[in-house]
Amino acid sequence: MRTLLPLTLTSLVAGPALAADLTLSVEIPKLTVAEYHRPYVALWIERPGEGVVSNLAVWYELKKKDKEGEKWLKDMRQWWRKTGRDLTMPVDGVSGATKTPGKHEIKFTDGKSPLAKLTPGKYELLVEAAREVGGRELVRIPFEWPAKGPASASAQGATELGAITLNIKP
Amino acid sequence: MNRLLARSLTGFAVALALPLAAHAHRAWMLPSATVLSGTDPWVTVDAAISNDLFYFEHHAMPVDDVVILTPDGSTLKPENIGKGEYRTTFDVQLKQQGTYKIAAIRGGGMNASYKVGSETKRWRGDAASFAKEVPANATDLKVSQNSSRIEVFATLGKPSTSALALTNTGLELQPVTHPTDLIAGEEARFKLMLDGKPAPDLEVTIIPHGIRYRDQLNEIKVKTGADGAFAVTWPNPGMYYLNASIQDNKASVPNATRRAQYTATLEVLHP
Repeated sequence: MRTLLPLTLTSLVAGPALAADLTLSVEIPKLTVAEYHRPYVALWIERPGEGVVSNLAVWYELKKKDKEGEKWLKDMRQWWRKTGRDLTMPVDGVSGATKTPGKHEIKFTDGKSPLAKLTPGKYELLVEAAREVGGRELVRIPFEWPAKGPASASAQGATELGAITLNIKP
Repeated sequence: MNRLLARSLTGFAVALALPLAAHAHRAWMLPSATVLSGTDPWVTVDAAISNDLFYFEHHAMPVDDVVILTPDGSTLKPENIGKGEYRTTFDVQLKQQGTYKIAAIRGGGMNASYKVGSETKRWRGDAASFAKEVPANATDLKVSQNSSRIEVFATLGKPSTSALALTNTGLELQPVTHPTDLIAGEEARFKLMLDGKPAPDLEVTIIPHGIRYRDQLNEIKVKTGADGAFAVTWPNPGMYYLNASIQDNKASVPNATRRAQYTATLEVLHP
């Protein structure tokens, strides 16, 4: 074990290699409509000008018989075009059922699937929602990586999404 | 000319030679969707001959010549064909991931005008019957051979390009930008090829749907470059009619004009 010790010391000294936490809060608005369907929502991270870095979550009707729920994935237009159409659904750790109106918190760890290890730079969190017999909305939150201390950013959807908050804990 | 004769002539002409002449009605197809997800979705297509876009107001387009090219190279025929007064409708089921090309291809139909004595006569038919039916003593003979290609596209999942390959016959569109990946505000590039070679200096007309609800046609006219390429930045989302035609002397019979036409209906999505 003499060889192991120096390695352990080195990683401690390097510091910033420790994984950070990304906590998202996504609000699905409560809507008073005659026929309400829970929206399809996709959350992903992009590097501006470079494309999709990670798919974080896709909430859709994944339990429908014969994968019928996949028919409407294309309605999350930007997500579909940038990454969705290249995927085979369901994706482990990413696909999930549609969520009810309210605030939903999800946590990701840098370098732990589905969040890729983020190299330093500017990123964007995108959240896209499409609702049956309703509309579609896209919300963007830019953020920088790594965060020097605990960081927070938020955006407000107008129609199909409510408050979206991004918290980074280094 | 009595009504019955006029109607039967119109039907005859439609079946044999589309388009008829420079003043012919537009012929087009309109797909229900071009971007699809899920398992084995259907696309339903309207085929019509009608000037206003995209309204059914003149004549149904026959779909006997429609061939559907699938992502893996196999071909399909239209299903559930419905023949109406103003449009023909058919379905296509997308069972493979990738891009399908739905094409109506007409080639070889001919029309001629000539004089026998002082009488002007008109003839329509194919190259085989031309020699038999047009008299040897015809004067002022003007012959044209028409070929036309009318296309629409649909993609399930990730777009592919195998079905977009050229046949190198007639006027065809070679995509640079994928035809089902069109977004309002973005520039799309395509090439027009004639018999597999770039068609330079060709005027392309692009018209957005919804003519009935505005005063101006809002057509976009662009010319192809030396390499047959042209670009268009879509002003709004929606369906667009794209058309180009060319005339030369490369008919399959001597002393005839060849008229080659290309039409496509493209869907542009909102970003």
